[in-house]
Amino acid sequence: MRYLPLTEADRRDMLAAIGAPSVDALFGDVPAAAHLTQPIAGLAPHQGELQVERALSRLAARNVPAGSCPSFLGAGAYRHHVPASVDQLLTRGEFLTSYTPYQPEVTQGTLQYLFEFQTQVALITGMDVANASMYDGATACAEAVLMANRVTRRNRAVLSGGLHPHYRDVTATTTGVLGVELVTLPADPKGIEDLAAAIDDKTSCVVVQNPTLFGHIADLTPLAEACHAKGALLVVVVTEVVSLGLMPSPGSMGADIVVAEGQSIGNGLNFGGPYLGLFATRDKFVRQMPGRLCGETVDADGKRGFVLTLSTREQHIRREKATSNICTNSGLCALAFTMHLSLLGELGFTGLATLNHAKAVQLADKLAAAGVTVLNQGFFNEFTVQVKGDAAALVDTLAAEPILAGVPVSRLHPGQADLADLLLVAVTETTTEDDMDALVKALGGTL
Amino acid sequence: MTIRFTEDHEWISLDGDVATVGITTFAQGQLGDVVFVEVPEAGRALTKGKDAAVVESVKAASEVFAPVDGTVVEGNQAVVEDPSLVNSDPQGAGWFFKMTLANPSQLDGLMDQAAYDAFVEGQH
Amino acid sequence: MNTQGRKTTPDAESTAGTDVGTFTGHKGLVHEEPLIFELDNPGVTGVDLEAAPAVASRLGGLKARTGIGLPGLSEPTVVRHYTRLSQKNFGIDSAMYPLGSCTMKHNPRLNEKLARLPGFGDIHPMQPQSTVQGALELIDQLAHWLKTLTGMPAVAMSPAAGAHGELCGLMAIRAALQARGEGNRTRVLVPESAHGTNPATAAFCGFTVDAIPAEANGRVSVEAVKAKLGPDVACIMLTNPNTCGLFEPQVKAIADAVHAAGGYFYCDGANYNAIVGRVRPADLGVDAMHINLHKTFSTPHGGGGPGSGPVVLSDALAPYAPLPYVVHGADGFRLVEHAGEVEGDAQPFGRLKAFHGQMGMFVRALAYIMSHGADGLRQASSDAVLNANYVKARLQDLMSVPFDGYCMHEALFDDRFLKDTGVTTLDFAKAMIDEGFHPMTMYFPLVVHGAFLIEPTETESKATLDQFIGAMRHLAGKAKASDAAHFLAAPRYTPRRRLDETAAARKPVLRWTPPAA
Repeated sequence: MRYLPLTEADRRDMLAAIGAPSVDALFGDVPAAAHLTQPIAGLAPHQGELQVERALSRLAARNVPAGSCPSFLGAGAYRHHVPASVDQLLTRGEFLTSYTPYQPEVTQGTLQYLFEFQTQVALITGMDVANASMYDGATACAEAVLMANRVTRRNRAVLSGGLHPHYRDVTATTTGVLGVELVTLPADPKGIEDLAAAIDDKTSCVVVQNPTLFGHIADLTPLAEACHAKGALLVVVVTEVVSLGLMPSPGSMGADIVVAEGQSIGNGLNFGGPYLGLFATRDKFVRQMPGRLCGETVDADGKRGFVLTLSTREQHIRREKATSNICTNSGLCALAFTMHLSLLGELGFTGLATLNHAKAVQLADKLAAAGVTVLNQGFFNEFTVQVKGDAAALVDTLAAEPILAGVPVSRLHPGQADLADLLLVAVTETTTEDDMDALVKALGGTL
Repeated sequence: MTIRFTEDHEWISLDGDVATVGITTFAQGQLGDVVFVEVPEAGRALTKGKDAAVVESVKAASEVFAPVDGTVVEGNQAVVEDPSLVNSDPQGAGWFFKMTLANPSQLDGLMDQAAYDAFVEGQH
Repeated sequence: MNTQGRKTTPDAESTAGTDVGTFTGHKGLVHEEPLIFELDNPGVTGVDLEAAPAVASRLGGLKARTGIGLPGLSEPTVVRHYTRLSQKNFGIDSAMYPLGSCTMKHNPRLNEKLARLPGFGDIHPMQPQSTVQGALELIDQLAHWLKTLTGMPAVAMSPAAGAHGELCGLMAIRAALQARGEGNRTRVLVPESAHGTNPATAAFCGFTVDAIPAEANGRVSVEAVKAKLGPDVACIMLTNPNTCGLFEPQVKAIADAVHAAGGYFYCDGANYNAIVGRVRPADLGVDAMHINLHKTFSTPHGGGGPGSGPVVLSDALAPYAPLPYVVHGADGFRLVEHAGEVEGDAQPFGRLKAFHGQMGMFVRALAYIMSHGADGLRQASSDAVLNANYVKARLQDLMSVPFDGYCMHEALFDDRFLKDTGVTTLDFAKAMIDEGFHPMTMYFPLVVHGAFLIEPTETESKATLDQFIGAMRHLAGKAKASDAAHFLAAPRYTPRRRLDETAAARKPVLRWTPPAA
């Protein structure tokens, strides 16, 4: 039992110091009938590293890593190259095994990187202020609707048909219990919906994803104006945060709240988690924000330092009147994000975005040349193609190659016959020309 | 001019038709350094015992309740700008809002200075 | 041959004067480190990218963005920057971190290694399910052990943290009540000693919160609960072992009373680590309980997350577990992702997270469970409780104890022993930092004045505990000897001394901005 330092002699000495006859006596408040006397059914005794590694490696070997074959999967999670130094630094024990920075004198490391993270998020989203992260993009989206309701004192949110259905569902689940009215527009594969028409005097916010689930991109400035004219807020959702290196920032287009999935920067795919939600807004709304905030101050010697601040918004002080119940967030994922974005810098971030977009254009052109229909006029690094027949069946067939051809729209919008032949195809800097040619061959061959 | 106190540590001081409301010296001491104050807008109707304003320190947050029914005449923008006034002069420049009273007789149900002093003493 | 010798023993002068200041402001290993934005060297990057294919951009008429404002840094600069930041941080790897209720136990590195296997770390949540059978089996295996350990029939795996798990549990309760036609049950009972997340979650879920006063012995009494029960009560949220570090002796009677009144029992499982392998929550009448994998099952806290908060559910609540979840299909494991795919009596209340859950944390938690095994898990709980009682026994003559008797995995003290010393719990905590320990949880639970909540965990050795106890006794003695100045000036030996939180909150500076030209 390599994680347990006490010896039998220690335990005897300690019981003697306590004055207890046995460890069982320490559990005297447990009702007699609730004491577990049998060993845990079916669980083997303790095992060495080698045995555990062997067992879990067997499970890992039964999965097809996305990096082991041509992969075009996106729809809210993207495979990017994470520089080696990011993970090396991330596993430093002082970062990995620290807790929430409640004692700022001995957690200036965590606090400073959170301050850097908040600044980076504010910069790339074009907003004034960002918090220290949420669980993921979808929960950040739900929190944004609740915040918009607090700010506007209204109770009706309009959700775009280009919003990722999982984000829509998390928002519906989270706000539904509070009686929030959601106006959800139908799936919008062609990028033609009219959101402005759905805004009225009771609308707290419009939630729009850019690029949309289907990859369409839009200038949101007119929509922001339409929102503001009716006293509503514009919430912009970004599921591929690398797009912010090339596309105009949501802030510059008039967004009031920006939420994003930050996984693309610094974080692996991890089968869907842990990821990190980014949450940014305008200065004037900061007291309505959910989640932790780190702020600058000085210490007793007048030196600059950082602390958690504006905590009276949070559950540990405000309890049932808190802006959210969130406590633990995605601190370490935020550190990975910050380190990766620091390595990229201005040149690297814009360069990475440009590379992603150019490769996506290259693939779209190759597919079009092979006779595959691409629905998008404009896109960032993901677009929608129309295949012959059922896209999900095609994806399953190609998985045997293996080629991970993309995400069939039907997996996200099930039961809609008009969407069954649509496939979301994502390209990143990790995609090679050979990968592209494999996909072109596979999809072109189905025509 | 009469000053009265609530069990939630608000003070209310009536001068003519308009009363001024704030939190007591004892209350600000319990909160610690006040960092944020939110005061009601003029015209807002207040109900005795219900939320009227907010006061926060770094580690504590509290509602300021309306001591009596009435209507807000003015919120004190000076404490919004400089919350430390609540610490330095809680029963003077650190007032929260002024209000007219719907039912002045409600003041009779509140504590006078002597009763409040005794009440605070009993809290220790 | 090198013939130039040099002095290899310190001389008398080298012991004189400890802090004379430095030219750089650095102090040996501890560097004054600017923000990355202040290290900007425009034009430099720490990542080399291949040349982009020469194609015309297709941004739908949008203009490509410029001038974001990110700093340019090389890889060596970035590596040094974050290494220096790490050196300003306290972790479990550094020293004892007895933060009560947070369970700062050793984080095994095997778990880190396994979570990074490409077969777990590099799989996409939307891959065809035939290509992720091992991942689905891992989720299923962890779910199996969580159910077995707690004795509960079902578990929802997707919640991202403890508070998210609370939300999951309360939403399941809400759904079950509505299915019974009792959606009018809107009141949730929460003891005063509860974590702040409990009332916050209940409110976040649309319930009203009704506080149950604590008894003088730090427990919740069945009478106090019964006095609050009624036809409008949805559930009780009770932490057990509770936040005072005590097992609730009447927990089963409380559960029975709540059930008899038509309500459910939500157990806050933040302290489940005290009883794993010794007590099954199912035997206490629990209907829902979240398990903080980052506490009980040793996944790293990472400076505040990520966590993972699976929720075990009773038969009454199991049908309402959220999407997605793993089932055993005809040809392997299968994810149920949509309401339309649901079979049997399941009526999922919705979805809580973009994807399937905190897979990276699942791998670590399963590795921990397998490493400890049945004997080790029980021993870990036993040692956690033994360590806490040892600390309590060795300190209770000098420090004041609000509740007598044995504790569970954490020892609670109050600040009566500091009365009239001029030293507060906060001051005491800061002096502990100078002694090389992370402070305990302070001022929580709220029901105890100036609380010191000390959770040593099972991964501290007796030698470490003895040193900790020695330091605490030394400080308690110093406080009682009227040496308040020692405490008020602490901490002295940290990268930063006490920080002005008032100034931070009055004029919030929440991001770096370029200095005015």
